[in-house]
Amino acid sequence: MTPTHDVVLVGGGGAGLRAAIAIAETNPHLDIAVVSKVYPMRSHTVSAEGGAAGAIAPDDSLDEHCFDTIAGGDWLCDQDAVEAFVREAPQELLRLEHWGCPWSREPDGRIAVRPFGGMKRMRTWFAADKTGFHMLHTLFQTSLKYAAVKRYDEWFVTKLLVDEGRVQGVVAIDLMSGRIEAITATAVILCTGGCGKVFPFTTNAAIKSGDGMGLAYHAGAPLKDMEFVQYHPTGLPFTGILITEAARSEGGYLINKDGYRYLQDYNLGTPHKDPVFKSMELGPRDRLSQAFMKELEKGRTIDTQYGAVVHLDLRHLGATKIDAKIPFVRELCKKYQNLDPVTDLIPVRPVVHYMMGGVHTDINGATPLPGLYAAGETACVSINGANRLGSNSLPELLVFGARAGQAAAEYASRKRDVTDTALLQAKDERLRLERDLLNTKGKERIATLRGEMQKTMEESAGIYRTGASLAQGVEQLRLVRARYADLAIEDQSLTFNTERVSALELGFMLDVAEAIITSALKREESRGAHQRNDFPKRDDRRFLSHSLIYRNADGSSRVEYLPVTITRWPPAERVYGEAALHAGPHHVTGSALPSGEGV
Amino acid sequence: MRDHITLQVARYRPEKESETTFDEYEVPCPKDWVVLDGLNHIKDKLDGTLSYRWSCRMGICGSCGMTVNGEPKLTCATFMADYAPGPLRIEPLRNFPIIRDLIVDLGDFMRKLVSVKPWIVRDHEKPVSEGEYRQTPLELDEYKQFSMCINCMLCYAACPIYGLDPKFIGPAAIALAQRYNLDNRDEGASQRLEVLSEHAGIWGCTFVGECTKVCPKHVDPAGAIQRYKLTAALEEIKTFFMPRGA
Repeated sequence: MTPTHDVVLVGGGGAGLRAAIAIAETNPHLDIAVVSKVYPMRSHTVSAEGGAAGAIAPDDSLDEHCFDTIAGGDWLCDQDAVEAFVREAPQELLRLEHWGCPWSREPDGRIAVRPFGGMKRMRTWFAADKTGFHMLHTLFQTSLKYAAVKRYDEWFVTKLLVDEGRVQGVVAIDLMSGRIEAITATAVILCTGGCGKVFPFTTNAAIKSGDGMGLAYHAGAPLKDMEFVQYHPTGLPFTGILITEAARSEGGYLINKDGYRYLQDYNLGTPHKDPVFKSMELGPRDRLSQAFMKELEKGRTIDTQYGAVVHLDLRHLGATKIDAKIPFVRELCKKYQNLDPVTDLIPVRPVVHYMMGGVHTDINGATPLPGLYAAGETACVSINGANRLGSNSLPELLVFGARAGQAAAEYASRKRDVTDTALLQAKDERLRLERDLLNTKGKERIATLRGEMQKTMEESAGIYRTGASLAQGVEQLRLVRARYADLAIEDQSLTFNTERVSALELGFMLDVAEAIITSALKREESRGAHQRNDFPKRDDRRFLSHSLIYRNADGSSRVEYLPVTITRWPPAERVYGEAALHAGPHHVTGSALPSGEGV
Repeated sequence: MRDHITLQVARYRPEKESETTFDEYEVPCPKDWVVLDGLNHIKDKLDGTLSYRWSCRMGICGSCGMTVNGEPKLTCATFMADYAPGPLRIEPLRNFPIIRDLIVDLGDFMRKLVSVKPWIVRDHEKPVSEGEYRQTPLELDEYKQFSMCINCMLCYAACPIYGLDPKFIGPAAIALAQRYNLDNRDEGASQRLEVLSEHAGIWGCTFVGECTKVCPKHVDPAGAIQRYKLTAALEEIKTFFMPRGA
């Protein structure tokens, strides 16, 4: 018998679990399934470190959080979505507090907040520097009390079933047994996270292969703003392990080979001993990663076996503050880099971290395909625009996970029949999985093709791009795609066949890679994380709009545009450093952060 | 070769074999390569059929626990050079049924985890609009250590009691029960006590402390168990002197 549920969630990370709980609370009669290729507590939300933004401090306001987010996104954010997000973020973070999340506290027991890059106030909630870990485990453990939530742990979804213009379920492989099943549903929510693994050097976990984006794209739903890829400025060389932005918000300096705080040369303010909001090391991630590339050009970076680096200096913070506020940074440096940030400089370089783009949704997580929803990094609402601010992604997965869950619950409250055509599609998919992806006689190794795709992405669609580099990238990806048809899969086993999973993931990654490059080639301007050397200026006349890339039936693609929603903040120049203190909804006096808070 | 090391990797393919065998692979061994890098080298370049779990490669997702030269380890945090000149023997975690190669079945733990109700239990939940429950840094410190468990299962693999008595609820589940029992926002300790007291497993724990020794996150499950035993014993005495309904 085909298993059937009212709502199927693909992915069991922060967004998926929040959505599952929202469905159970919206309509307790609904039958919910969380289908995830890993056990939910392994999901990549677990790796988020620094914190989650929600305006609660007495000197903060919703308008200021809106403005910082919109300016940070270089005016590509939909402002109605940002307003909803900022309004609901503190409530969602409080709800997580009620569910047991061990947020760091002030001495009197209230929630503590810390500064973060691109934010003009202290508004980032944190659980030391394992915020994502604690949020994920709190959500997972809380989800266990809802009997309506059934889990398919370690099931890999390969296809969405679509007929009569609506989603009707998924096809998935039970990894443990190799069994292939159609799981039918009235509504499906994609919560599979990002796709950092299309690039060679990323903070993303091995599982971040853009599966949900690929699933939606094949089902005919468009992907939005895929050209906007965030490089985080501080990754450890070789491993790509993230050193959280909190290291800078607690007072860390970025210095070049001469010990010089080079950010002052890039319109990011002047250096002070203590951190200043929206200035220097607390500038936004896109600008900091771009500054690194300029330092590299000037020959002021440090060469290592794993490429050029600059140094993150935390030594002046001292062991007490480091252990209280960023203990994981010290743990990671000691364990993986064999150095102690209390006494040593940390080598860092920009590293692919986050996708601003994703499956196109409205403010309730609905895609244009009826019955299909998306939330979290997989989705693009868009509150992140051309550059996400640090600590906005964790509240985003809560706010829009909950919204998508509620919307899907309402949609699924009216049952719809599964059509015979949809079930036939499932049969065809089973055939494909058994015939084309098990014990193939091809010649091409998965890892080789994956490596070539990743190299292509870095060379053609990195921090700085040109029309020529992108056009060449399109060609190279076409070659990789052709070779993908001749894949070698040695593993014949049905039991936990990870080689077949890798092949399917590579297929999704190739779709995502093509979407990124094609969208980047069409956007002839520079905005946020998308920097074109051949079009160095932002062009609001032509491009104050979201790109939407669709997959055509023949496998080719087309790009359309959708205007950005502007409510109260007309496009303006992005400013950081001292000037930022005079921009925005309110003029602010006094710039230095209160120091020594809660240490 | 000095810059290479031999990995002896346990293989078990239930459709082909009735028991575990070992395959040997030569892999590069630069000083910053962990065991997981060695396994990925095998999978990518030498043998695509090798199966194992991994994800974050930064010691927080808990996926890549295996037995390395007889000891339970997170393979993403275990450097091969520390075992030079080798060879290194990589096996699945002990005390669990093996599904395939280095992958074990976690179903038993997942069921036990649910049974200890690892969520906040309260008679009355205040609305979110009334703000947070206050919790001072000292109150947070009461349970913080036990909230650090990444469910990597190294403690179950190391636990001699779990090895002998699979009914034993085990170190991580007890630590997580204590994580909520000691949280000042929680009121569910008595419900969890009933579950934990249901079978004798916990009294069999002799404070060998193997679980605490292997924990990569310094959770100290052994400490949680000892602390829990004390609470349980006190409750036992209370029931003896004050029978229910008295």
